[in-house]
Amino acid sequence: MRIYVCVKQVPDTSGKVAVNENGTLNRASMATIINPDDLAAAEAALRLKDETGCRVTAVSMGPAPAMGMLRELIAMGCDDGVLISGREFGGSDTFATSQIIAGALSNLGIGEDDVIFCGRQAIDGDTAQVGPQIAEKLNIPQITYAADIKKEGNKLIVKRMLEDGYMMVEMQTPCLITCIKELNAPRYMTVKGILESFEKEITILDYPALKDEPLIDPTTIGLKGSPTNIFKSFAPPLKGAGRMLEGTENEMVDELVSELAKKHII
Amino acid sequence: MILSEKYEMMRKNFRNFAETEFTDEILDHLDRTGEFNWEIWKKMGKYGFTGVKLPKEYGGQGGDSLAYVLMNEEFSRISPVLAIYANTPNSLGGGPLLACGNKEQLEKYLTPAAKGEKQIVFGLTEPGAGSDAASMVTRADQDGDYYILNGRKCFISGAPVADYAIVFARTDPKQRGARGISIFIVDMKLPGVSCGKPEEKMGIAGYPTSDLVLEDVRVHKSDMLGTPGAGYKTAMTTLDGGRLGVAGQSLGIAQGCLEESISYAKERKQFGKPIAMHQAISFMLADMATEIEAARCLVYNTAMAKDRGDKDASMMCSMAKYFASEMANRVAAKAVQIHGGYGYIKDYKVERFYRDARIKTIYEGTSQVQQIVISRSLLK
Repeated sequence: MRIYVCVKQVPDTSGKVAVNENGTLNRASMATIINPDDLAAAEAALRLKDETGCRVTAVSMGPAPAMGMLRELIAMGCDDGVLISGREFGGSDTFATSQIIAGALSNLGIGEDDVIFCGRQAIDGDTAQVGPQIAEKLNIPQITYAADIKKEGNKLIVKRMLEDGYMMVEMQTPCLITCIKELNAPRYMTVKGILESFEKEITILDYPALKDEPLIDPTTIGLKGSPTNIFKSFAPPLKGAGRMLEGTENEMVDELVSELAKKHII
Repeated sequence: MILSEKYEMMRKNFRNFAETEFTDEILDHLDRTGEFNWEIWKKMGKYGFTGVKLPKEYGGQGGDSLAYVLMNEEFSRISPVLAIYANTPNSLGGGPLLACGNKEQLEKYLTPAAKGEKQIVFGLTEPGAGSDAASMVTRADQDGDYYILNGRKCFISGAPVADYAIVFARTDPKQRGARGISIFIVDMKLPGVSCGKPEEKMGIAGYPTSDLVLEDVRVHKSDMLGTPGAGYKTAMTTLDGGRLGVAGQSLGIAQGCLEESISYAKERKQFGKPIAMHQAISFMLADMATEIEAARCLVYNTAMAKDRGDKDASMMCSMAKYFASEMANRVAAKAVQIHGGYGYIKDYKVERFYRDARIKTIYEGTSQVQQIVISRSLLK
C-alpha cells in the first residue's frame, strides 16, 4: 500500500488578512502554515503507516516555498515529497488544480492498494472541492468528512461525520478520503526527522513533466484556463463568536472576572 | 541572528510543542504544588526531546549544540521549569556517561534516558562543597568488587524522581582537592539510598530538588564511570556543556518577559495613553530587546564554536552562561517594573519569570565561578 497525502500551504488567516487590489490575497505579507485539515490528513496517513509500514508521499501544488512545508511533513514521518510547480499552473481554480494534481498522481502511479488522503478544505479558499474533484478525475471512490479510518484487507472502513450523527462506510482501494482537522491531533516533528528530511529529495513535477498526461488539458489550467475566477476577496468585519459561561453564578462570575483581568480590562 | 532553514524548522517545532502542551493550567499547578508532571515528561520522551543532543546509536536524536540551545530557549519562553525536564538528560545526566562511560554503561543507562524512559541526575554538590566542588567529602571505599558509598549530596535537581544518580565520591582519601574523586552510577533503589524532603524553592517549582543521602550503599565496580580518581575533570566537562543549556534557558525567559511586557505596555493606559507611548517605558523595552539579541548572538555563536571544536569554546560557554543569565535577571526585573503593581501578582506571567530567572546565575556554576573560568582562560 502507498498513501499519497495532498497538502496545501496556506496563509495563516488566524492573523491579519491582507488583500490585493485585484481581490486576491496578498500572500507575501502573511505567515504560512500547513492547511489544518491537510495536517490532519497527514497524521491519519502516518497512523496507518505506523500500523502497516506503508509508504507515505506528501504531494503539494504550489510555488517553491511549499518545499519547506513538504520537508516538515517528511520530518513528521512521511517518506518523501512531491512538489507540483510551474508558471503554467499559477492562478488555477479548483477545477484546474484538481486536474493538475490528478495528472501528477497518475504520473506517480496509483496502485490497486493505494489511498489518497486530502484535507476537507483549505482555509484560504474554503471550497472543499479539490479532494472530491481529484477522485472524480481519477475515477475512484471517495469518502469525505472522515473521523476514523481503519484498514481491513483491501478495504477501508471509514466513519463519516454528518451534522447530527455519523455513517460507517466501507470502501475498496484505490480510493480517496478527505479529513477534517478535528479527526486527530497531529504529531510533532522530531530533531532526527528534521535532520533526515534534509537528506531526502523532494521531486519537482513541472509543466514539461506533466504536459503529456492524458488527464491534463492545457486549455483548462492556470489563471487563463480556469473556468471560475475570484471576483472579490475581503476580510469580513470581525465579530466575536462569544462564549457561554457555565456553572453556578459564583463560578461564572469568577471566570468572567478572571478573563477580564487577563485582558487588562479591569 | 539568521539561522538556516534546518534550525528555523527546529525552532518552530520546539515552539509549537511548548505553546501547545505547556498550558496555563499545567504551569499554575506546577508552581503551586511543585509536583513533577509525568505526562509532559513522557511526551517529551516520545518526541525525542529528552535526547536531542545524544547520539542516535544510544537512542538520541543526533542533534548538535545549537539544536539543544534552541530547545532550551523555546521551552523556557513558555515554562522555565519544563525546559529543565528536557535539558537534564541531555546535559547533566548524559554528560558524564558520554565523557567516560563504556559501551555497556551507555547502552544500559544512556539509551533509556535519551528515550525518556528513565531519569538520571547529577550528584556533585554537598553542604560543604558548592562552588568549591573539589572539597567534597562523600566517600567510596573499596570492598572486593564493590564500593561502599557514604555521604550526603544536596540541591540535587530531580533526585526525588530519579532512577539513577551520577554520584561523585572520593575513592582515595589520601588525595586532596580535585584528585582522588571517582564517579559512580547509583541505582536510586539500592539499599541505603534515600532522598531528603524536596526543597521549597523560590522558583522552578515542579522539578523537585532534594538531598541525596548515601548510607553504606554498595555499588558494583562495573558501575564506576571512567578511571578511578579522574572524576573531577569529567564533572567540569559536564558542567561546561550544561552551561549552554542554561544560557538557552536564560534567552527563553528573557524573550518571554519581553513579549509579555510589550503586550502589557500597549494595553495599560496611564496619563491618557498606553504606557508604551511613554519614553520611560519604551526605552526600557528597547534596552531589553537589545540585550536579548546580543545574548542570543553570543549563545548561538558559542554553540557553533563548541561543535566546531574551537579552542576557546570552553571559555565561550562560560561567557554565554554568565552574560545570558545575568541579562535574563535584568530583563525580568524590568518586566516586573513595566507591569507595575500587577508584576507583583501571581496571576501575571512576569512574576513567575522573575522568580524562575533567579537560579540561572547560581546553578551549574555561579556567575562568580564563570568569571574565574573566563579570567583563567584569558590569563594562561
